[in-house]
Amino acid sequence: MATTQISQPAETVEATDQIIQLRDTDQGRSLTADALHRLVRNRAAVIGAIIIVINVCVAILAPFFAPKNYDDASFRDNNAVHSWMTHVFPNMKPREEGGYVTVNDDFLLGADALGRDLLSRIIYGSRVSLAVAFIGPTISLTLGLTIGVTAGYLGGKVDNFVMRVVDIMYAFPTYLLIILLMAFFRFGEREPGTLAARLGDIDASLGGMLFIFVGIGLTSWMGTARLSRGLVLSVRETTYVEAAQATGARPGWIIRQHVLPNIIGPLVVTETLSIPSYISYEAFLSFIGLGVNPPRPSWGGMISEGAQKIQTYPFQAIFPALALFLMMFAFNFLGDGLRDAVDPRLRGVE
Amino acid sequence: MQDFIIRRMLWMVFVLLAVTLITFFLMHMVPGGPFSSEKALPESTIEQLNKKYHLDDPLGVQYLKYMQDILIPVIMTGQQQKSLDHEYLITIDLPVGDNATLRWVNFGPSYKSISRPVNDIFRENLPISAQLGALGVLVAAVIGIPLGVLAGAKRNTAFDYAGMGIAVLGVSVPVIIMAPLLQYVFGVWLGWLPVTGWGEPKQMILPTFALGFSQSAVLARLTRASMLQVLHEDYIRTARSKGLSERRVVLVHVLKNSMIPVVTVIGPMLAYLMAGTFVVETIFVIPGMGKFFVTSITGRDYPVIMGTILVLAIFLVLANVVVDVVYAWIDPRIRFT
Repeated sequence: MATTQISQPAETVEATDQIIQLRDTDQGRSLTADALHRLVRNRAAVIGAIIIVINVCVAILAPFFAPKNYDDASFRDNNAVHSWMTHVFPNMKPREEGGYVTVNDDFLLGADALGRDLLSRIIYGSRVSLAVAFIGPTISLTLGLTIGVTAGYLGGKVDNFVMRVVDIMYAFPTYLLIILLMAFFRFGEREPGTLAARLGDIDASLGGMLFIFVGIGLTSWMGTARLSRGLVLSVRETTYVEAAQATGARPGWIIRQHVLPNIIGPLVVTETLSIPSYISYEAFLSFIGLGVNPPRPSWGGMISEGAQKIQTYPFQAIFPALALFLMMFAFNFLGDGLRDAVDPRLRGVE
Repeated sequence: MQDFIIRRMLWMVFVLLAVTLITFFLMHMVPGGPFSSEKALPESTIEQLNKKYHLDDPLGVQYLKYMQDILIPVIMTGQQQKSLDHEYLITIDLPVGDNATLRWVNFGPSYKSISRPVNDIFRENLPISAQLGALGVLVAAVIGIPLGVLAGAKRNTAFDYAGMGIAVLGVSVPVIIMAPLLQYVFGVWLGWLPVTGWGEPKQMILPTFALGFSQSAVLARLTRASMLQVLHEDYIRTARSKGLSERRVVLVHVLKNSMIPVVTVIGPMLAYLMAGTFVVETIFVIPGMGKFFVTSITGRDYPVIMGTILVLAIFLVLANVVVDVVYAWIDPRIRFT
């Protein structure tokens, strides 16, 4: 750093030199580095992140971790139970002791009604939940950001119109849209070779996952749009944006350079905090039967099947529920940590 | 303020019309009809049914007929047979004419269950769903807001961590898990409360709590965040420097001003819950409107779809108007624009 020659009395020259020296060693830290530093110090967020990373690894390498395939049905073993579970759940007594439960130590977490290994199904089910957790917010963020920034920056009639559209979409039943999407592309007859048919094939090959994620993303962008519009409204009034406009910068450039970097923080935090609601929405769709195609497992569907047997074989609902709960917990902690890291004022810690 | 309410009511009509229009055309775009899903009916039967319910008419005509049935009152004279097609919600006897009655608002029949027109669904199931929803939001507010206030006022203490721990739990345990869990613990294992049904106070506890708990978590976090933001404001500093007790500062000044985001969220929450929640009503076997939302769409029961969505839309718009009025009451700086 350049030091300017200040004409000062001799005693203070050294003091100034010292100050300038200190400034030289003070490395500037970018805002992101600052936020990351705060995030790493938050133990709960780190635990959450570790859980998520483990889940992602297990989901990607599912064939290595799962002892069996998720659709290996074996009717001989339906509702089989591992011996450790007979000690934990008091009602479930093995056949040998006069109960109703078949014990089979092949299945670490027991088997479901069709004899499929519950542990493997839970492992493969994590793929669905993680895919929703990442793809849903991406779509929602892209769509909501575009619409919200356009409405907020252009203002006036465009803003009014777009916000009325958002209002109408809010009042709109999102199930209808999702079912429409699925009915159109999945169940309808279509000529091979058209775009609809191609998309339907991709969807079928992914086990019905494509349209669920697209549907969830397409119906969740409204909150992001409203939030980004509000943020853009406040950024738009700042002096640097005004200066940029005055010097003739194009709106696109201003948005990329000034608006987006300033609003991306709260937006990412809000999206991360809403990931548990995406996961739970997918679980709900599976619960009512609109989820991924069977036999592909999804935690929501497994809970819905197991809930019917909660008195006799409670583990069939409890283990997937635990998995779901753990993942949502992890995302919640991570989201909270991100929010505290990006804007510590909100937490009250300086 | 009257001006504002009138203007909002006009917007409400516009939004409702738009919603009905979009829903109507969207639901007709879904392939398959109401009679195509179960057993294969002979052609002539399908034709007869379509003619009876006017499903052959062009879509525009069907839509106009539907809106006409709802919006335009009809005067009927002479002895009327009780017919399920001409079932109206409002029936007023007129003093003139020969047995004349003014009838209004017919939401149509249900294709799936012939003996229950949509009006019946509204008369019987809607009040139950509304009760459940209102009680659920009440529980959510009673649990969530005080928890949030405590956590915000005493941040970084045990109250804060405990409160937010409970909140994270509530958000991470979706209703699908919470409801059967509650059923199992309180109904089967401990045997204190009945697991299904609706009507007696005993039966109402579990479903309301299942519904309210997850919502209360949302409210608790929101209240706490909002309180933390308000606590930094200058007027709070003024209040403290005036010598007011911390308790008074928090309960009188901070609380009211932090309610804006909370009220924003409670409005739609109330509307959605009052219109019926599928999961809780299914698991606790409560005869509410929730299941009609889902089954009507999968079964292509057009009038029921329109009816349920109209109910939801009306609740939402009303809730938004009330929320805006409450805004002005909470924060006098807000003027009705």
